[in-house]
Amino acid sequence: MARVISMRKAINEALFQVMEEDPTVILLGEDIAGGEGSPGDDDAWGGDMGITKGLQPRFGKERVMDTPISESAIIGTAVGAATSGLRPVAELMFVDFMGVCFDQIMNQAAKFRYMFGGKARTPVVIRTQIGAGYNAAAQHSQCLYPVFAHIPGIKCVVPSSAYDAKGLLIQAVRDDDPVIFFEHKVLYDEVRDDVPEEMYAVPFGEANIVREGSDCTIVAIARMVHKAGEAAEALAGEGVECEIVDPRTISPLDEDAILESVEQTGRLVVVDEAYPRCNMAADIAALAAREAFGALRAPVRTVSPPHTPVPFAPELEAAFIPSAGKIADAVRRTVGYAA
Amino acid sequence: MTGGRILAVTVPKWGMAMEEGTVTAWHVEEGAPVAEGDEVLDVESTKIANAIEARAGGVLRRRVAAVGATLPVGGLLAVIAGEDVSDEEIDGFVSGFAVEAAADDAGESGPALRFADAGGRRIRHVAHGEGGEPLVLVHGFGGDMNAWMFNQAALAADRAVHALDLPGHGGSSKDVGDGGLDVLASAVGAVMDAADAARCHLAGHSLGGAAALQAALDRPERAASLTLIAPVGLGPEIDGGYIAGFVAARRRKEMKPLAERLFADPSLVTRAFVEGLLRSKRIDGVDAALAAIASRLFADGRQTLDLAARASGLGLPVQVLWGAADAIVPAAHARRLEGATVRILEGAGHMPMMEKASEANRLIAAFAR
Repeated sequence: MARVISMRKAINEALFQVMEEDPTVILLGEDIAGGEGSPGDDDAWGGDMGITKGLQPRFGKERVMDTPISESAIIGTAVGAATSGLRPVAELMFVDFMGVCFDQIMNQAAKFRYMFGGKARTPVVIRTQIGAGYNAAAQHSQCLYPVFAHIPGIKCVVPSSAYDAKGLLIQAVRDDDPVIFFEHKVLYDEVRDDVPEEMYAVPFGEANIVREGSDCTIVAIARMVHKAGEAAEALAGEGVECEIVDPRTISPLDEDAILESVEQTGRLVVVDEAYPRCNMAADIAALAAREAFGALRAPVRTVSPPHTPVPFAPELEAAFIPSAGKIADAVRRTVGYAA
Repeated sequence: MTGGRILAVTVPKWGMAMEEGTVTAWHVEEGAPVAEGDEVLDVESTKIANAIEARAGGVLRRRVAAVGATLPVGGLLAVIAGEDVSDEEIDGFVSGFAVEAAADDAGESGPALRFADAGGRRIRHVAHGEGGEPLVLVHGFGGDMNAWMFNQAALAADRAVHALDLPGHGGSSKDVGDGGLDVLASAVGAVMDAADAARCHLAGHSLGGAAALQAALDRPERAASLTLIAPVGLGPEIDGGYIAGFVAARRRKEMKPLAERLFADPSLVTRAFVEGLLRSKRIDGVDAALAAIASRLFADGRQTLDLAARASGLGLPVQVLWGAADAIVPAAHARRLEGATVRILEGAGHMPMMEKASEANRLIAAFAR
């Protein structure tokens, strides 16, 4: 309380605290300390974004392991260690690289509890970066979380604040199921908020009502929560009050909170930085159409990027990312809809 | 108001997390006279809304912020001055004030958190103001120092006012031992020691009322007066469903109806207020501490403490404030304290220091002398 820190610091602190608390927690990933096996200083990097900085000097190379550049080795090791008593937190630098190790996630980790009659548990956490805005081109900028939300047996976390990032990561490590923890790379430094020094766990499947309003519900994910906030500020000046719902986890999804809000406002705009086909915006729009049809006073609108790879050119990348202006326009069309 | 004094009405800091406030209504026209204590305007933070009063009388010379405007804490809302002050002076004050507010932005806001030691338990507290006979504020079950967001700064004009987190709450140690009152009272004592004065005035709300009372019983020579706000410990009745529900609540949906029971006007409960309660409960050890306290002091929906007889022989000035519409602990318990000054606040529930903040502040300030 009353201590404002960045999401970068919040994630680092959560890792420190879970490792202090539980000796079975280990970390592994590429350069999470820095350049193992090559000349140079230990802990030179702390991950490509510096999130794991300081952990290897504190907990040692036995618990904080630099791995070779082999996604299938990282995830295979982590999943195997999880089934045999450890609580690994693997860092897989960018979600864009998941294809390399996808079978181990989709067909192994996600299925063990189910296929072994509930007798196996796989408490593995995979931390990975998502999102455009870093000018990192088409293979390092995607928001592929809908691919994982599609698969039963995996929990998917998409924090939008430093407070949520710390509490959800602690919950992820304590959870007995595979959790993928999607960190929007732009939010590491863009977001700073109040974070308790103590450990705390934010439960999965509990949406956060970021802003209250009676005219239109905006469901937004990760960085889009902040874009929606900007839009809501602008719209408030026009007399339109938006309610912003941040699901925090997309699997499990807090359907109740979304529907409860839609039933009050009668209008829904869903904002998702993932590609538009089969994304969370489409899923949540279908939820509202199915369960809250009677309450809707206008068609549900979605705001997503176009169905195209993330462009490298800065102007095109900026045009690709849903903006506060596009969100505000969608809300205006929804509020102004006349049957 | 005479002598050319100009009084700034600014956005208050209601709780440590408050950074800005939004004007929701004006109650005084420009050019109209105001008396000390008059409600000048309403301001809303993300957590809660409340009226802002004039700290001194005069004429409301300038409304600086329009309805809907959002200003940082400390930002200038209005100017009160006498008729004799010229418009040019007011203009100069307003433009000069903006510069000060901008310069202040760079620094840390609010007083620093401090930690006292109570038998090996770390007790977080924070002080506003300096000097005088200090006042120590003790929050209730499941709360923290932010329960006094409308009171602490307002009471600190001419004295130090300390607010603490009880063991098991907020930023203090989550070790509450067997959940009995002694551990809570020892934390109050530790903050009285930290206040570094011969005597302290005490004000406690609900469970914190009992803790303050016990602290005064433990060291009567150190207590100057006692204000008990809807305290526990004066009778067997309590809303056991609230206590059990609060301990069990994990989710917004479970917490919101409980929070609404605290106020006479349930519309005061915003999503941020509910989120604040949940944030406090999510901290490791809090739920276990609350469960331990509840099973010790509120077993089976009844209060097991009865301090009324002991308190009546305390030999200190004791004031009891209670919301007439308290749904958690019945206001009738106020009559069980012999010799105490009893004030029943109309239009308030179990949180009169929030719901009727100005009235509660006046009563506390006048009594704790």
